[in-house]
Amino acid sequence: MTLLRTQNLSAFYGDFQALFGINVTVEQGETVAIIGANGAGKTTFLRAVAGAIESAPEMVVFDGQPIGDRTPHEIVRLGIAMVPEGRRLFPSLSVEENLLLGTHSERTGPWNLKRIYELFPRLYDLRHLPAPSLSGGQQQMAAVGRSLMSNPRLLLCDELSLGLAPVVIRDIYQCLGAITAEGATVVLVEQDINRALDASARFYCFQEGHLALTAPVKGFDRAAITAAYFGV
Amino acid sequence: MDWINILIQGGLLGGFYALFAIGLSMSFGIMRLVNIAHGDLIVLAAYVGLVATWYTGLDPFSTLAIVVPVMFALGYALQRGLLNQTLSGGLLPPLLVTFGISIIIQNGLLQGFGAYDHRLQEGSIETASLHFPGGLSVGVYPLVVFAVATLAIASLQFLFYRTRLGRAFRAVSDDADTAELMGIDNLKLYALALGIAMIFTALAGVLFGIRTIFAPLSGPIRLILAFEAVIIGGLGSMWGTLVGGMVLGLAQAVGAALDPTWQILAGHLAFLAILIVRPSGLFPRTRD
Repeated sequence: MTLLRTQNLSAFYGDFQALFGINVTVEQGETVAIIGANGAGKTTFLRAVAGAIESAPEMVVFDGQPIGDRTPHEIVRLGIAMVPEGRRLFPSLSVEENLLLGTHSERTGPWNLKRIYELFPRLYDLRHLPAPSLSGGQQQMAAVGRSLMSNPRLLLCDELSLGLAPVVIRDIYQCLGAITAEGATVVLVEQDINRALDASARFYCFQEGHLALTAPVKGFDRAAITAAYFGV
Repeated sequence: MDWINILIQGGLLGGFYALFAIGLSMSFGIMRLVNIAHGDLIVLAAYVGLVATWYTGLDPFSTLAIVVPVMFALGYALQRGLLNQTLSGGLLPPLLVTFGISIIIQNGLLQGFGAYDHRLQEGSIETASLHFPGGLSVGVYPLVVFAVATLAIASLQFLFYRTRLGRAFRAVSDDADTAELMGIDNLKLYALALGIAMIFTALAGVLFGIRTIFAPLSGPIRLILAFEAVIIGGLGSMWGTLVGGMVLGLAQAVGAALDPTWQILAGHLAFLAILIVRPSGLFPRTRD
């Protein structure tokens, strides 16, 4: 079953066009990677799906419903949650308050505070600290946890690995398995190609706002991906 | 000793100024909205109270049961219907729009009530005072108002730091875009915030209307006092706002004791002095 479909999705920042007719489909339960160089339009794509950039209604279809013109808070209520690039935790809130913020979507499901602390045990001991006092990796866990608290059907992850040590990145990606096991569909945006491809079944490669390449990960020549990535 | 009496009066006067300032502090803290019409809304609340006493025969305290819901509804509608549309264009549009609202309220009140001074009459409590050994005497009414201001700030602290709604207010204040991405309806939350701010505006209007005369054009001086209390206390700190109000009140009381014409000037000078020494106020953005 198709959970998310974008049809000829274009997006603009003022006069600047950042996306040109992007067609992406994501099936229920799969993990899909979106890769591409800096400025390829990956973050813009996620923001358009999450409603932070408005588009025509039928350009973004979620679970059969056109949502391109909905506001972000309406889209969260439908079951799309985003882990924003750079984590964007609320600095004056404690870790636990940040997690609880995710419950404003009013959605119920497998995720609650207890389950988040089981997934990221280190957060439990830090739960009363202000969010900025955490390390980068711990903040990323809190940001993922906050989005999970809205019990999304579709989780959009923007640059989970940005600025983190390799060992921390490995920890966080290991948790993705537990997240998909609960039925969530995941779209990963990454500049770190190998990390994203290892976690995904299919990938889309963006290049300067256009879709350059899409294929299943398995058996695909990484040299061809690199070529699409750099546009050579 | 007279000086102790003067300092106590001045400190208690801070309760009024803190009540003036709470609404301003909330709308700036949550919406980054500098509400130029804040002082006129305080005066408008006093007039709502005045009209309520005319038509119901209630005493001013009791009219709060009418004034508070009326001002809450007005704040909610004003934010939802008008001010929300000004927030995406930077700092200037809300300034201009609230400046316009200020003019509309002033002239509307002039049209409706004339340029006369009015007062709300609460009876014997206005002049009652408590006497302590050593010649100390404290007015009952300023004491009540100070208690109301303290209670108001304590309940706001509770709202901000202990409730789900308060958590959402703080999140939106930190990062409105991300809050929206987490499922918060920012525009509705802003309307609720101005509604709640106007509850305190209603209190300030009625309680100050009992203490002193008001007229259609007395809003701007209230606005300046509210600004000064917020800035002295430090933006974002509610308890700081109470202290800021007290600093203003103390400075005014001392100024008035030296020479009655210096009262207002002394408050402004204290404000300027604190701006020079601590530009971000006494307790900026604390997590108290």
